[in-house]
Amino acid sequence: MKRFVFSCSLFVLILTCSALCGASQPIKIGALFSVTGPPSFLGEPERNAAQMVADSINKSGGIKGRQVQLISYDTGGDATKAVQLANRLIKDDKVVAIIGPSTTGETMAVMPVVEKAGVPLISCAAGRKITEPVNRWVFKTAQNDNLAVAKIYEYLQKKKLNRVALLTVSDGFGSSGREQLKAQAATHGISVLYDETYGPKDTDMTAQLTKIRGTQAQALICWGTNPGPAVVARNAKQLGLKMPLFMSHGVSSKKFIELAGDAAEGVMLPSGKVIVADVLPDSDPQKKWLMAFVKEYQKLHKVEGDHFGGHAWDAMMLLKGALEKGDDLPATIAANLEKSRAFHGIGGSFTYTPVDHAGLAKDAFVLVEVKNRDWVLVK
Amino acid sequence: MDLLPQLTQYAFSGLSTGAIYALIGLGFAIIYNSTGIINFAQGEFVMLGGVLTHFFLMVLKFPLVVSMAVAILVATAIGVAFERLTIRPLKRPTPLSMVIITIGGSIFIRGVAMLIWGKDTHSLPPFSGNEPLVIAGATVMPQHLWIFGLTLLVIAANKYFFYYTISGKAMRACSYNRTAASLVGIDVRRMVFLSFAISSAMGAMAGIIIAPLTMTAYDVGVMLGLKGFCAAIIGGMSSGFGTVLGGLLLGLLESLGAGLISSGYKDAIAFIILLLILFIRPQGLFSKAQTERV
Repeated sequence: MKRFVFSCSLFVLILTCSALCGASQPIKIGALFSVTGPPSFLGEPERNAAQMVADSINKSGGIKGRQVQLISYDTGGDATKAVQLANRLIKDDKVVAIIGPSTTGETMAVMPVVEKAGVPLISCAAGRKITEPVNRWVFKTAQNDNLAVAKIYEYLQKKKLNRVALLTVSDGFGSSGREQLKAQAATHGISVLYDETYGPKDTDMTAQLTKIRGTQAQALICWGTNPGPAVVARNAKQLGLKMPLFMSHGVSSKKFIELAGDAAEGVMLPSGKVIVADVLPDSDPQKKWLMAFVKEYQKLHKVEGDHFGGHAWDAMMLLKGALEKGDDLPATIAANLEKSRAFHGIGGSFTYTPVDHAGLAKDAFVLVEVKNRDWVLVK
Repeated sequence: MDLLPQLTQYAFSGLSTGAIYALIGLGFAIIYNSTGIINFAQGEFVMLGGVLTHFFLMVLKFPLVVSMAVAILVATAIGVAFERLTIRPLKRPTPLSMVIITIGGSIFIRGVAMLIWGKDTHSLPPFSGNEPLVIAGATVMPQHLWIFGLTLLVIAANKYFFYYTISGKAMRACSYNRTAASLVGIDVRRMVFLSFAISSAMGAMAGIIIAPLTMTAYDVGVMLGLKGFCAAIIGGMSSGFGTVLGGLLLGLLESLGAGLISSGYKDAIAFIILLLILFIRPQGLFSKAQTERV
């Protein structure tokens, strides 16, 4: 009993000490990522990258002499949980800003919460609905789908290929891409001859591809995340499909090349610049940060940094920029985020304005092609 | 555009997918026939086969054949342990409680696999080359032939085992009537144990042989397991040609449906067939009597 009382008082002592001893309070930043659950391929690198930025800020003396404390929670890809955790970050942890969540669905669910509390949110999800219409408190760093679609269509226009077949995955990512592909076709003078879907867990797409082979399409655009597109590439090779195959930025990682193997050769896709960082011209303003990000991430986590980690990296750096411009009141941060100009991050060059909280232009994407199991830039 | 070459391609695609379903369905049928349980963890053994082979091949750098053998052994051990730890301790086993246990077991195995091997999808190298073969204007991968071959081999082995060996006959006896079987001196528990060993080994084998085509990840077992289950139901849970025909039929209808109607209905087709069979012919398409199951 005596020992118990002793350890209790010691514990209380430590608590009070740690609360009082800090000369200046750290800046608390909240993070919501789906580190587990289906979107974990987004959440895990995002959390790692956010923590990496926080650590490096602290190592170099913090922001205006104050340390940064990243409080990060795992949403498991669940919108309900994301809302609960956002409330916890705002009410209990009293964070000044939140980065994440990883997916569009979760972001949409969290938006009313941050709006009511008046806390800025920098989402790492791609959906256009997040920033259109503009919400004073909500920003995002992931590139819009429509920019990726435009990149493919511009290339097709240049090559005078104007009949395409679409094969999209039947989930949120695929249907959003499909919407954009169909909406932008007319303005680029492209006709969609075939528009089919496949299930996210399908293991054979030869039926759809056989049908496509029988159409007059000159190019096939497949919109999905791994492993579906790898199956499509393999099946296309099996069937001897001659038309060029385009994928989305959803598979722009080495994993796709690994899964599709030889069938990946010649596949083209719009991608953020991070996977081709080393072959970018030195004049590219993003190159310096890209190389630094890829190397540092690899040093810490044994794999190359990817886009998804890049979204969180951008969010942290934009937040840092805003915090350096003024105090750490949420309203000031939101106002200063809108003053971010030409920040050359991982996902692109960000310029937030009061009417644009996505901040990216078409130059955020480059078109890449798989050659000899690696990415090359398509000129 | 000519419809005929398209149709042959649909047929070949469907049959090769169907062979995969059939192979998985056989695993369901074997356990059902000796225990009366639908083992919903069957899909997880398919996953384990693929994931374990990838692990031994890519991480521990074993040769391909050794990796496959070790993967089958490990998956069988897990299957046996699964039976020992979950099915056998049951005091009064009712079909319902056993089904729930297998569902719980499948979630558990999937979760553990995710923690150990991560969430990434992996691919295995094909057994014999990546060059598609052209048959009657349609193309198939060499791996498909391996799947057909293995399915035939498994049926033959099953036939032999269940009709010409003492253990096989004993297992059939258990499926007809457990009490009677135990009265004539058959160790029913041993037979249940054996059936889990066989079906987990077979599931793993199926998982390995399809992995070069369909790729593998911790969560592939769910969908493949359900499709295999459909195949077994269409075939009336027979551990021979019935299930194989069920699988081939399912694959064929899926492929034709996706090609001729719309790919959006692909999975719906499978489950509509499943429901129709369960409503109209619960004994399966090919079996005549309720009792003749093996």
